[in-house]
Amino acid sequence: MTFFIWGVLPYVVLLILISGLTWRYKYDQFGWTTRSSQLYESRILKIASPIFHFALLAVFIGHLVGLLVPKAFTDWAGLSQEMYHLGAFYGGGLAGLALAVALGMLIWRRRRTGRVFKATTANDKFMYLVLAIVIILGLLATFTGETHLNGEHHNYRETVSVWFRSMVIFQPDVAPMAASTWQFKAHVFFGLFLFAITPFTRLVHAFTAPLHYLFRPYIVYRSRDTSKARQVSAGGRGWDPVGTSDRDKGRR
Amino acid sequence: MRVMAQVSMVMNLDKCIGCHTCSVTCKQAWTNRAGTEYVWFNNVETRPGLGYPRTYEDQDKWQGGWVRTKSGRLKLKSGGRFKKLLSIFASPVQPGLDDYYEPWTYDYENLIQSPLTDDFPVARPKSLITGENMAIKASANWDDALGGIHETIHQDPVIAKLRKESNDKIMAEYEKTFMFFVPRICEHCLNPSCMAACPSGAIYKREEDGIVLIDQDRCRGWRQCVTGCPYKKVYFNHRTGKAEKCHFCYPRIEVGLPTVCSETCVGRLRYIGIVFYDADRVTEAAAVEDPKDLYEAQLDIMLDPRDPEVIAAARANGIADDWIEAAQKSPIYALCKYFKVALPLHPEYRTMPMVWYIPPLSPVVDLLQEQGHDAEAAGNLFGAIDALRIPVEYLAELFTAGDSAVVTGVLQKLAAMRAYMRDITLGRPGDEEIAEAVGMTGGAMEQMYRLLAIAKYNERYVIPKAHVEQAHNLEEMGCSVNFDGDPAFDEPYGGSSGKPVPVTIQSFNAMKAHRDDESMT
Repeated sequence: MTFFIWGVLPYVVLLILISGLTWRYKYDQFGWTTRSSQLYESRILKIASPIFHFALLAVFIGHLVGLLVPKAFTDWAGLSQEMYHLGAFYGGGLAGLALAVALGMLIWRRRRTGRVFKATTANDKFMYLVLAIVIILGLLATFTGETHLNGEHHNYRETVSVWFRSMVIFQPDVAPMAASTWQFKAHVFFGLFLFAITPFTRLVHAFTAPLHYLFRPYIVYRSRDTSKARQVSAGGRGWDPVGTSDRDKGRR
Repeated sequence: MRVMAQVSMVMNLDKCIGCHTCSVTCKQAWTNRAGTEYVWFNNVETRPGLGYPRTYEDQDKWQGGWVRTKSGRLKLKSGGRFKKLLSIFASPVQPGLDDYYEPWTYDYENLIQSPLTDDFPVARPKSLITGENMAIKASANWDDALGGIHETIHQDPVIAKLRKESNDKIMAEYEKTFMFFVPRICEHCLNPSCMAACPSGAIYKREEDGIVLIDQDRCRGWRQCVTGCPYKKVYFNHRTGKAEKCHFCYPRIEVGLPTVCSETCVGRLRYIGIVFYDADRVTEAAAVEDPKDLYEAQLDIMLDPRDPEVIAAARANGIADDWIEAAQKSPIYALCKYFKVALPLHPEYRTMPMVWYIPPLSPVVDLLQEQGHDAEAAGNLFGAIDALRIPVEYLAELFTAGDSAVVTGVLQKLAAMRAYMRDITLGRPGDEEIAEAVGMTGGAMEQMYRLLAIAKYNERYVIPKAHVEQAHNLEEMGCSVNFDGDPAFDEPYGGSSGKPVPVTIQSFNAMKAHRDDESMT
């Protein structure tokens, strides 16, 4: 069971993520959007959304560093475990708190603004729930995950990170992960779940971050003939039929 | 010189009676879907007035269009590429639904279902967004025909600017003396700032006819185009999460039909034709230093389709002969560059708009008539144009970045035509002096009269058909023989022709589209 959860499941999730994204990119270009609600409400969004996204970027970089940089390397570089931990605890904790607060604001806005709430699908609600669980568990892991229930000291860089790197090089070593605290286990488990549902939610917008905007020419010419040959969205996706009410829960 | 063709439009504002038929037929054709109830690809605004969305012309607030930097380059007013990417998580200046209006319907059912009571049943307005009862506070033409103008006139960005310049003198009298309607569609600019603002690169200008379109499959809903467009003619479909805009009825244009708004225009005030322009000089023209020179700069890059050099360059760039012929007959070229009576809307945004307007002489004529003067006499009209400073300056803010000399010139031409043609109509010889006074000849006066007043259908709309044959042939060839570089093979599964392919969903759809597309048979 341990091996299945920490040795097999992550690869299954990776497979779902990649194949799901590929499938959706190929067949649902039309649905590939954030479905912004800024038209309905802008005041709270303008504060909360940038905080959320920048905090998310910070947290993402923190995860990369924590998971990929071996403890041996920082030891060799002369960075003591205490220093490292302080940085991770306060830096990561701060970013995580900002993330949680901003997500709270966004969910509150979504619930309390009638227009926004009416445009929220069941898919969105489920996604927000999973996202919130992952973030809260992540905060728990950061603040309380350094001691086992029996009071034993725990350092995720010797458990979770080792496991993660073993997964990256396809030599699964589940023992370190199994030795981490429940907070980390739960955070990783729900994190995996979030990745698995990502291709099927609005979160896909992250995978088309428009970095090429920095390099493309301002004016785009395109020939009519080539545009006609493109057929990307699968049948069924597209504008709602005439007469569909805005408040229909039909397809989105 | 890189000659490109641009489908463009001219509207003769003197003829617009503000009936909104264009808006309604456009809406019925294109934006009667969920998520676009508040969207009007075509709307008609009363001037003076706030426009739609309200005060959209106030670019200090809405940050649309381009600005010229000190070094003489063009920059988006809302910021450079880095700034745009950094602020992508919440668009800093996007009009909210309340800046347009909250769309609504009425509870008609209540009229029928209501039991017998002492009171009349009413149909209450219900929001189309939330379904709740709502108080209607605005619409796309809430200040139609100067409705409530005494309260809102100070918010009209053009008035605000004029007032600043002329120290508050202008208010009282003129709201009685002039009013006109401005129908607006997407300008299909030569230098579109919506396109430049799009992070995904989903907005493109068609090489063949210059129509600006949004690829619905590539749009990711970042909403920067809404900010980028100074005319606020790109809209966010809040249901699909994608941007949508006027597409110049391209399915109709491709088969040689005018747009829905033009076809149904009661006043027959719209003209459609193609214009050749030099694509290599667009940026240079859009970056001239003085905004008042932008009008001339744009005229300058419109090319004479009878010039043999231009014709040769057009052919070299793959423009077909029937298109060249259409460009020569184009009413747009005639009105913009030959008669020089049409003007661009807000050239100071530096987007090089391609829907132009003939400014209305009617405010002047109406005033003369009301005061008991002969509103057909050239002398009276010329005098009135000079004396009526405010309407002229207002028009100048709309059409020439504030250069009232240009507007005066156009109005004088229109006035001269009126006076000249009165003589002809009354069986007298035309007075060449009137024509000369505005730098024209009697012959040109009559030509202009024919185009503006008689306005025959086939002279108003000179629309060459799109050349679909070639693309179609290429595709058909793929069925029997495979060519390297055949467009049909750009797709991994070969689209609708070529090698035997497994029956995927995609090829099924391609086949179905092929079968249903009548132009392919």
